[in-house]
Amino acid sequence: MWHIITLVFPYAIAYTIPMLVTALGGLYSERSGVTNLGLEGLMLVGYFACALFIRSFESSFYAWALPLGLLTGMLAGALFSLLHAFASINLRADQTISGTAINMLAAALTVYLARVFSGSGNIRIMMGIVRSDVPVLSKIPVLGPLFFSQTYWSTWLVLAIWGASWWFLYKTSFGLRLRACGEHPSAVASAGVNVRLMRYFGVVMSGALAGLGGGAILITYSGEFNGSVAGLGFLSIAALIFGQWKPLGILGATFFFGLATTVANVSQAIPQLAVIPPMYLKIFPYVVTLIALVVFSKRSAAPRASGIPF
Amino acid sequence: MIKGKKLQAPGQHVFLTGFSAIILGLLAGAVLMALIGRNPFSGYLYLFRGGLMNIKRIGDTMATATMLILVGLSVGFSFKTGLFNIGGAGQMLMGGLAATFVAHRMNLPRPLLLVMIIFFGLLAGAVWGIIPGFLKARFNVHEVVATIMMNWIAYWVVYYIVPAHLKGPSLETESMSIPAGNSLRMEWLSRLFNGSYINLGIFIAIAAVLIIKFILDRTTLGFELKTVGSNRFCAEYAGIKVNRDIIISMMISGGLAGLAGMAYYTGYSLNVQIGVMPSQGFDGIAVALLGASTPLGILLSGLFFGLLQAGKGFMNAMTKVPPEIADTIIAIIIYFTATSSLFLRFFVRWSKRRENVRQEKAMAASRKEDV
Repeated sequence: MWHIITLVFPYAIAYTIPMLVTALGGLYSERSGVTNLGLEGLMLVGYFACALFIRSFESSFYAWALPLGLLTGMLAGALFSLLHAFASINLRADQTISGTAINMLAAALTVYLARVFSGSGNIRIMMGIVRSDVPVLSKIPVLGPLFFSQTYWSTWLVLAIWGASWWFLYKTSFGLRLRACGEHPSAVASAGVNVRLMRYFGVVMSGALAGLGGGAILITYSGEFNGSVAGLGFLSIAALIFGQWKPLGILGATFFFGLATTVANVSQAIPQLAVIPPMYLKIFPYVVTLIALVVFSKRSAAPRASGIPF
Repeated sequence: MIKGKKLQAPGQHVFLTGFSAIILGLLAGAVLMALIGRNPFSGYLYLFRGGLMNIKRIGDTMATATMLILVGLSVGFSFKTGLFNIGGAGQMLMGGLAATFVAHRMNLPRPLLLVMIIFFGLLAGAVWGIIPGFLKARFNVHEVVATIMMNWIAYWVVYYIVPAHLKGPSLETESMSIPAGNSLRMEWLSRLFNGSYINLGIFIAIAAVLIIKFILDRTTLGFELKTVGSNRFCAEYAGIKVNRDIIISMMISGGLAGLAGMAYYTGYSLNVQIGVMPSQGFDGIAVALLGASTPLGILLSGLFFGLLQAGKGFMNAMTKVPPEIADTIIAIIIYFTATSSLFLRFFVRWSKRRENVRQEKAMAASRKEDV
């Protein structure tokens, strides 16, 4: 059993990371007061831009292609999120609908452009991150094989962003103002803070981080852009609610989804799990999400002004 | 948190908003075609010819619009109650799965079989809609997240049920085809439209439009649902059982999407593919928004989007513009519908300025008369 756990764990973490960073992006947006239902689309844009960049430059930039590709994905996500920011902040559009439009637009536009560049609508890259053991730490018994063996460097990057975000949102005055914009924007405005600018910042951060999430899918386990992030963006939104709009909660919720999905994916190879019909394992994360929502929604800790135009 | 709200543009500007959104969407599509070095004029020419150039293609356009109208009604109906049913895809899958089972397994005379197909498609969709409705009413679970979860549950249920119970002869990934005699396709109808795959679904969609219009405009239930949608607390104060109405609204909304799935899998494709979310489930949101959530508006916008969807294959064959341009245009139209306040502001400013000019002229004229 232990052997199986050490085998499954790295995959679970690889699967968790894109959701974690995307949900973290959603946190910035919601905390600033803008609901962002378009995370799935923003991930897709980052996924596409990252693939296009790496495909174009991997033969000339070599090892630099991957980090620069991730950066391109973040930029593309940030730029695309401006559509949502403009609609919901300046035009006071319905944010749920604007987010849905972002998702539809990203899904159609990325495949449209991918067809133009590659003919088939898929963009395959040659490179990917090589997994490596973290020196020293991977030798620790129990923890070493679980967390520090065969890891992607992008995992550590995202965890660092997660830590920095926690510090930024909870320990700096800028973070405090940002969170206040999501709770009581008129109070913040009367204190002389530009609420619209803060909200722009929140939405653009969500675009950049979701774009990074899409890029992380590409360079870790997928290896090609195929026009879909398979609902991970929506799961990130669910994780945001499940995790009660808090960094630690999001970490736990996304890891739970990552683990549950990985277990469902590898269940046929594991005798102890193969007795359970795969259908039950596949629907397990979604059913548990519904149950978790039932438990948490009564006393929801959602930012109070999120979704309301200012 | 996402707040439920009345999701439509104000009264008389609805038509104007929709119209300007369409124009802007088509313009943006033209720019996208030009950017990749294709001629937008020939692109649009073939796109519209692909949907309209002969009686067969008109039939195909209507067959494509069938699902869009039904899902559009589903989304629009829930909008009226202040709910956002984003679960059309899952409700379609379950409605289609149930209807496909009936078409294969029930040995009944044709008219009775058709009634059962329709009934079970409706029922399965309604069940899939009632669950998030109940969770919303009882536990305040946001329906957007709940319906997305229901989509994925439906996706995996179909993924495993179809190969296990309805496996096709050759491919593992799709169910066996429904014999034409057990499907919604009618020989006289196909012949009338010169071999098109138009089917009874279009009549079901039109009937649904009329029934939903009747429910919304002429019944107490419709009045209650609209009241809940425009102000939940006011409705509660007036003694309307808000929670019960939320569940009923989601049940009807899910049932309509279930009908769309039924029409899709037993009239249009005649089999169920696994591993595919029906895209109409999301396009229905676009249909409802452009149609301003009114049944007749949805009928028209469903036909318009059906035209784009049906024509894109022909355009792709004739011009090398990727077929995704149609979905892109639809998405852009929705973005512009969502940001409709922009147009409204322009329109209001423009009509005010005209009004001012008119008044000034009138004043100037009256001054002259005084002199």
